[in-house]
Amino acid sequence: MGTYAALVDLSRCTACRACQVACKQWNELPGEKTVNTGTYQNPPDLSVTTYTLIRFKEGSQNGEMWWNFFKDQCRHCLEPPCKEAADMKAKGAIIKEASGAVLFTEKTRLLDGKEIREACPYDIPRQDPNTKLMAKCTFCADRIAHGMIPACIKACPTGTLAFGPRDNILETANKRLAEVKKRFPEAKLMGDQEEVSWIYLLHRPEAEFQMTARAKVARPVVVARRSLLRPFGVLVAGAAVLGSARADSDSPRE
Amino acid sequence: MTNHWIDIRNADVILVMGSNAAENHPISFKWVTKAMEGGAVLLSVDPRFTRTSAKAHLYAPIRSGTDIAFLGGMIKYIIDNKKYFEEYVRLYTNASFLVNPDFKMPGELDGLFSGYDAKGRKYDKSTWAFQKDTNGLIKKDPTFQDPNCVLQLLKKHYSRYTPEVVSTITGTPKDKLLKIYEIYASTGKPGKAATIMYAMGWTQHTVGTQNIRTMAIIQLLLGNMGVAGGGVNALRGESNVQGSTDHCLLFHILPGYLRTPQASIATLKEYHDKFTPTTKDPMSANWWSNYPKYSVSLLKAFFGANATKANDFGYGWLPKLDDGQNASWLVLFDEMYKGSFSGFFSWGQNPACSGANANKVRLAMAKLDWMVTVNIFPSETGEFWRGPGMKPKSIKTEVFLLPAAASFEKEGSITNSGRWAQWRYKGGNPPGEAWPDGEIMSELYYRVKALYEKQGGAYPDPVLKLTWDYGPKGSDGKIKHVDPHMVAKEINGYFLRDVKIKDKLYKKGTLVPSFAFLQDDGTTSSGNWLYCQSYTEKGNMMARRSKKDPSGVGLYLEFAWAWPVNRRIIYNRASVDENGKPWDTEHPVIQWDSAAKKWLGDVPDGGWPPLSAGKASRYAFIMKPEGHAHIFGPGLADGPFPEHYEPYECPIEKNLMNAQKFNPTIKIFSPETATPLDVVFSCDPRFPIVATTYRMVEHWQTGVMTRWQPWLVEAQPQLWVEMSNELAGLRGIKNGDKVLVQSARGQVEAVAIVTERFKPFEVAGQTIHQVGLPWCYGWITPPDGGDSANLLTPSIGDANTMIPESKAFMVNVVRKGV
Repeated sequence: MGTYAALVDLSRCTACRACQVACKQWNELPGEKTVNTGTYQNPPDLSVTTYTLIRFKEGSQNGEMWWNFFKDQCRHCLEPPCKEAADMKAKGAIIKEASGAVLFTEKTRLLDGKEIREACPYDIPRQDPNTKLMAKCTFCADRIAHGMIPACIKACPTGTLAFGPRDNILETANKRLAEVKKRFPEAKLMGDQEEVSWIYLLHRPEAEFQMTARAKVARPVVVARRSLLRPFGVLVAGAAVLGSARADSDSPRE
Repeated sequence: MTNHWIDIRNADVILVMGSNAAENHPISFKWVTKAMEGGAVLLSVDPRFTRTSAKAHLYAPIRSGTDIAFLGGMIKYIIDNKKYFEEYVRLYTNASFLVNPDFKMPGELDGLFSGYDAKGRKYDKSTWAFQKDTNGLIKKDPTFQDPNCVLQLLKKHYSRYTPEVVSTITGTPKDKLLKIYEIYASTGKPGKAATIMYAMGWTQHTVGTQNIRTMAIIQLLLGNMGVAGGGVNALRGESNVQGSTDHCLLFHILPGYLRTPQASIATLKEYHDKFTPTTKDPMSANWWSNYPKYSVSLLKAFFGANATKANDFGYGWLPKLDDGQNASWLVLFDEMYKGSFSGFFSWGQNPACSGANANKVRLAMAKLDWMVTVNIFPSETGEFWRGPGMKPKSIKTEVFLLPAAASFEKEGSITNSGRWAQWRYKGGNPPGEAWPDGEIMSELYYRVKALYEKQGGAYPDPVLKLTWDYGPKGSDGKIKHVDPHMVAKEINGYFLRDVKIKDKLYKKGTLVPSFAFLQDDGTTSSGNWLYCQSYTEKGNMMARRSKKDPSGVGLYLEFAWAWPVNRRIIYNRASVDENGKPWDTEHPVIQWDSAAKKWLGDVPDGGWPPLSAGKASRYAFIMKPEGHAHIFGPGLADGPFPEHYEPYECPIEKNLMNAQKFNPTIKIFSPETATPLDVVFSCDPRFPIVATTYRMVEHWQTGVMTRWQPWLVEAQPQLWVEMSNELAGLRGIKNGDKVLVQSARGQVEAVAIVTERFKPFEVAGQTIHQVGLPWCYGWITPPDGGDSANLLTPSIGDANTMIPESKAFMVNVVRKGV
C-alpha cells in the first residue's frame, strides 16, 4: 500500500456539507444536539462525534461580498506531532499507517487529551470526557484498506475533494493552482503540503477562511514542536520520511 | 429543462436567477463548475448573497418580485445594441410576423393590453392575433421594418424599461444591471450560448409564467434555444416532479399534456375539434395535429376492450371539469375551508407546511370528515389535529395514516429535470406494513370497485370499465402484486391488433416502437404518448446505462431515455443554419449529412431535411401551429409580452412602470367569499418589510423526510430568518436573537441571522428592507425547530397557473419578548 493524500480545492466548495454528513454516516457517529446561533455552521466545532466540519466565514471587500467555506479535519501529518507526544506516554495510542492515515487507538484513554490537542498544529484531537477515548478523522482507513476512497471524498459533488497516491495529488494540486490563479491571482496552497496528507488549495487570502488560529500558523508550530520532540520521535519520523511500506509496527493491519 | 443537467457544462454564460442551485440543486454544481473551468462566466441574481453567489463571477441583488423589470431591461439592451442573433430570429421565431394593427400595449393603455374586461379580470384576445393573407397564411416582414411586426412591437414595448427605471424598481445598482446585460447579451452570436437555471424563485409569483416568458424571449433573441449550453432550464424541486407532471399531476391536463375534458364538451369529436390545432402553412409540422392519436391511445390504455369506436372509446367515462372551473391547489383548499367536500387523500405531500397560507390549509383540514395521508414519516398534515392552536376534541376529521415505501424500497422509474426517465431498482424491503404507492392504489381500486359492484352507485362505469393488467392474477381475480414493468409497458403502449404501417407488420400484443406509430382508430394503446418508446420490444430503454458519448457534447443517448423519442435537447432543429450546419461547430447538437440525407447527433425534432430543402423541410418549432417560437405569445392570460406588475402584497404605493399596481388578470378571492385568512396588507406600516421563502441544502421541501434525520437536524436545527445589519439595527436585533416574523396571516418564531449578505434596497427613493426564511420546518419535529414559513404566505396565485405567490410578500420582524 502506497501513501495517499487528499486535495481540498476550496475554490470549488459550495458548502453543501455532503462530506460532513457522509462522515457521520460511514463512522456511525450520532447527530449532536445543536442550536442555531446566527450562522449556518453547525455543529459549532469538531468533537469526538464530529470528525469533519465546514466552517463558514463571510465579509466584503470594496463593497463586494465573499463567503468562504473551509473543510476542517485531521490533516494526517507525515510526522504527526500528536503521535510524537503520545509515544512518550503510551506507545501505540496513536499510530501511523503506511496509507498515510494517522489513527487513534483504544490506548488514547491513557493520554492527556489537553496535551495531545495542544501538540496538534491544527487543534484537531478531542477527548471524550467520560471514556477518555480520543477521536478524530480516520482518513477512512477502513475504507482505504478495502480499496474504497474516504466517505467524504466519495460524497463530494463538485470535485472539491480528491483522493489518490500522494505524488498524483501533489501534481493535481499544483496543476489546479495554476488554473485557479487565472481567476484568483492570490490563490495558493496552504504551505504545509510537505508536512501533511490533506493538501489545501485556498483561492482567496487565508484570513478570509474560518480556521482555528493555530491552523493559520501551522508550519512554524510544526517545525518548533518537531525540533523539540525529535530526540524521542526520530525513529518513527525517519520511517515515514523514507516512505517505508509500513510506518509503525503497531499498525492494526498487521 | 429544454436541455439537461450535463449540458450546463457547454454554456459560455450561466445565469442563476430565481433559483439557488448550489444549495437546492447541489449536484448541478458539478456541471456549473465544469463550465466555469472551461471559461464560462457565472452570474447570480438574488435578493441575498447565497452559496451560489459565493461561486459567481458577478452577483447582483434584486428586490423580490421585480424579475420582469430586470429582464425587460435586458431585452431593451439587446435590441438597442443590436446584440440579437438576427438570422436565428428571422428563421426560427415569430419576430417577423405582423400583428393586428388594433393591438395596443401597456405603454399606450395605462398598463393594460387591448381587450381588457375589468369586471371579469380577463382579456378578450381578439386583437392579439396575427395578420393573415387570403390563403390563411400569416403575413411576415423578414426585414423587421413594419411597425406592426413582432420585433418592432417588442422594441416599442421594452423601450420603457430603461436602466434608470429598472434600477429604481428592482433596487439593483445600475452598473450591476448593465454589466449583467452586457455579459449575457454577448452570447447573441453563433458559437456562443448562455443558459438560465431557474426554479421557484421565478414561478411562485403572480407573474410567474411571464417571468419565464421574459427569459424565453431573451433566449430566442440571442439564438440560445435548441443549442448546446443554452435553453430555458427549470430546476425541478423534487427528483420526480417532472415525471409526475408528465403523468398529469395537475388538474388541467391528462397524461402527456392532453387537456382535461370540460362538461360542455360532450363527444370525443368535439373534444378533438377543440384541442387539435390546425395550420394552412404546408411548411409547419404542427405536431399537435396528431392529438387524436394520443387521446384515443390513452383511452385504450385506460379502458382496454371496453373502449370502442361506438362508445367514443370511453370518452364519456373521463371526469370532466365544469366549464371555467379552476381546480388548482389554492382553490381546492379554499373549497375545503368552506366545507365543500368531505374527504381528502394527501399522498406523498405535507400541505400543512407546503401550502401557501398554511394556517388556512390547517383549518381547512379540520372541515373534512376524513383524510388519508400516505407518507413515509409522520407529518404536520397527518397530525394537524394536535398542532399549534388546534383543539383536538372539537375536530371531527378522522385521519388515516398509510405508511408508504420510500423510493429506495420499490422498483420503478423517475424522470429528472432533463426529462430523462431512469429506471431504478429496489434496494431493500419497506419496513413493517409500509407498501409501495402502486400497491396501495391497487388495493384501493379493488375495494372501490367491489363497492360499486355491490352497491351500484351514481356512475360506476368509469371504475368498472378500467383495465388493471399489472401482473398475474390470483384465484380472487385480483393481481397479486403491481409489477412496475407492466405499468411501464402500459405507459409505452401496445399494438392491439396486427397493424401494417409503411409495409411493415406490427403484431398484436407487441410494444409500440414510438409515438409516430400511434393510431386514432383504437388499434394502439399508450398511457402517455410522450413516453412511447420508453419500453419497447428492444427492452426497457429507461434501464440503459451506456456511458458512450460519440456526440462529445454530453448527450449520452444510450444512458436512460429522454422524452420525447430520446431527444436530449429539444428544439434542436434551431441549432443549425438553413443548410443544417451547426451554428456552434464546436458543440454540435445535430448536423445534416447531405450525402446520406440524414441528421447526425441528437434525435432531431423531426427527420425532415433542413430549411434550404424548401417544401420538403419543416419549421423548427414543431409544437407550434405556425412552426415558429413565440416572441409574441398570444396564448397567456396576462398579455403577449410580459409587463412588470408589483407583487399582490408589495411595499410601494405605485407601480413605477404603469398605472396597474398588480397583475390585472390574477384571480382574487372575492371579498364576499374570502375567508378572514385571505387578507393581504400592501404598503401597510404594520408590515413594512418584503419577505421571501426558500429552501436550503440541508433539508428537503417541508423537511418531512429530513427533519427526522439527526445528521441533517444537527446541521440545520432551527428555523432562521436572514436580515441585513441595517434592518437588525433598526429593530434592535442581534445575530442569534430569537425573533418573531409576522404577516397579516400568521407568525413564526425564528433565529435571526444578521448578515451583510442581505442589503436594503433603494427603491423609488425609499429604503426597502427584505428578509428571507426557509420553509423546511414544522412543529412536529425537531421539538424546538420552529414552524413553517408558509404560515406567512398569501393565498394568491399566478394568472396562468395559480401557483401561489410565496416568493414576495410583506412581514414585520420584532425581537421576541419585546
